[in-house]
Amino acid sequence: MNPRKWDKVATIVLYLISGFIIVVLAFLLLYILISGLPHVTWKFITGRSSSFAAGGGIGIQLFNSLYLLILSMLISIPLSLGAGIYLSEYAPKNWLTNLIRNMIEILSSLPSVVVGLFGFLVFSINMKLGFSILSGALALTVFNLPLLTRKVEDSLQAVHYTQREAGYALGLSRWETVTHVVVPAALPGILTGMILGAGRVFGEAAALIYTAGQSSPPLDFTNWNPTYIASPLNPLRSAETLAVHIWKINSEGIIPDASAVSAGSSAILILFVLLFNFAARYFGNKLYRHLTGARERG
Amino acid sequence: MKNDEIRASLLKRSRATKNERFGKILTGLCIAIILTVVIAIFYFVASKGLATFFKDKVNLWKFLTGTVWNPGTTDAQGNPQVGALPMIVGSFGVTFLAAIVATPFAIGAAVFMTEISPKVGKKILQPVIELLVGIPSVVYGFIGLSVVVPFVRHTFGGSGFGILSGTFVLFVMILPTVTSMTIDALNAVPRNYREASLALGATRWQTIYKVVLRASTSGIITAVVFGMSRAFGEALAVQMVIGNAMLLPSNLISPASTLTSVLTMGMGNSVMGTLSNNALWSLALLLLIMPLIFNLIIRRIAKKGAMHR
Repeated sequence: MNPRKWDKVATIVLYLISGFIIVVLAFLLLYILISGLPHVTWKFITGRSSSFAAGGGIGIQLFNSLYLLILSMLISIPLSLGAGIYLSEYAPKNWLTNLIRNMIEILSSLPSVVVGLFGFLVFSINMKLGFSILSGALALTVFNLPLLTRKVEDSLQAVHYTQREAGYALGLSRWETVTHVVVPAALPGILTGMILGAGRVFGEAAALIYTAGQSSPPLDFTNWNPTYIASPLNPLRSAETLAVHIWKINSEGIIPDASAVSAGSSAILILFVLLFNFAARYFGNKLYRHLTGARERG
Repeated sequence: MKNDEIRASLLKRSRATKNERFGKILTGLCIAIILTVVIAIFYFVASKGLATFFKDKVNLWKFLTGTVWNPGTTDAQGNPQVGALPMIVGSFGVTFLAAIVATPFAIGAAVFMTEISPKVGKKILQPVIELLVGIPSVVYGFIGLSVVVPFVRHTFGGSGFGILSGTFVLFVMILPTVTSMTIDALNAVPRNYREASLALGATRWQTIYKVVLRASTSGIITAVVFGMSRAFGEALAVQMVIGNAMLLPSNLISPASTLTSVLTMGMGNSVMGTLSNNALWSLALLLLIMPLIFNLIIRRIAKKGAMHR
């Protein structure tokens, strides 16, 4: 075989590999949607899950997932913004900053199950929050913070230094420059990162098994007072999320229609992930266009 | 204005300075909180995990090499039976196998996207890879349970649960991560390397194989090690397909267990402070240390790669 033939063969192999990856994704999505969507009815989405009998819904789990997501984003967005701004704008270039960056990187490489166990030990037991939405939200925050911080820092770093100099030249302090010039300019990137982070949190289960718990007590959707024990908003009740629900019914296998329920739940989970993905792209681009007037995002 | 007033206003902190201070303290506080969390994780997990060795006097070597995991009981000599080897073997088994399977695919896809057809790559493969990253791990576990396990059972026999199924699931899970990091490594190869090679009359494949891949080796290895670190820590998807038998795996299709699967199954069934609970925390400590080691390896490789430039 001469080099030219080898070149052809290699090109074909590379095409096959790329095709294979696309086929894998297509298979995964189609499998989930085809096996799951037939089970998705209004009754399934809003119904109460059953522990033993067939025909349970996922209403409470879906609500729990969304509530946990909002709570944890409420905590992690300001924290990661602050941390990202510090690292990008204030941190001096020295060993301490390097150490801080390394520690954040280590935090992001920790397995989520370890984060979950840490949350179990500290939030659920030491802080006596028990299996609750609050300790789940805190664990998710720990899980999500390093990536969000990194994203914020990267987006801020991508803003050209002349923008900052323009701010200083107008007599603004560094803090004013950051809040009025740099952060708005970096907003599309930050927004995209936050939405993708939200998608990650929405599907996370390992960090929640021992923090938000694996049971979903009945809720009274007519009473929204957060201190009432069965109120949907009560942050101290235990809350099984959709992802945890899929894991639990599959590994315990008590209910007879486990595979149907998990297929339906997976379909909904995937739809949400797709939604987050497209939303991140759409809003990031839209904001970018709005702020710059440019057509394409560079 | 009198001189005194001017003097006072000059010596006083200006509004901008106060502003600046406020911002610095506020953002510094956020960093401090994150650092506290990192230190707390290490402190709490280590204090729990080390109790097995210091409080319950389990021999570290026996813990790492023992093959019987039954913390509630003691063996003939009266030592508690906490041998973590089956889980360690299971974890490393699925991790290495998944990395071995995923690497050629990841490199192939990355080469395709950077060297063969960047247009198709950016328009089709890039979103595909981003979507694959986004799929939650329980969904991978569920598909593993309903597709991969029956497939392995029909093709290779056995129950279908085991290291092989875990490998398949992890392969798909780490593929996108390794691919996108490999793409970055290939893009970092200077354009003139390729041009020089093509100018010498090399074909595209020769250029890829003899120049681009050689120049980006350290970056590719970094990507693979990073993927392995991911695979090592993955819990639920693996737990759902590995079979959860705390035995030393005799082959790829016999039920096994990993560090993460034992933790997810066992933590709820043991009482805080007892030996069986502490032993589980020791496994968590192992899981905490391994990413650090993977991290160190990545740094070593990156340093070596930088020296070659």
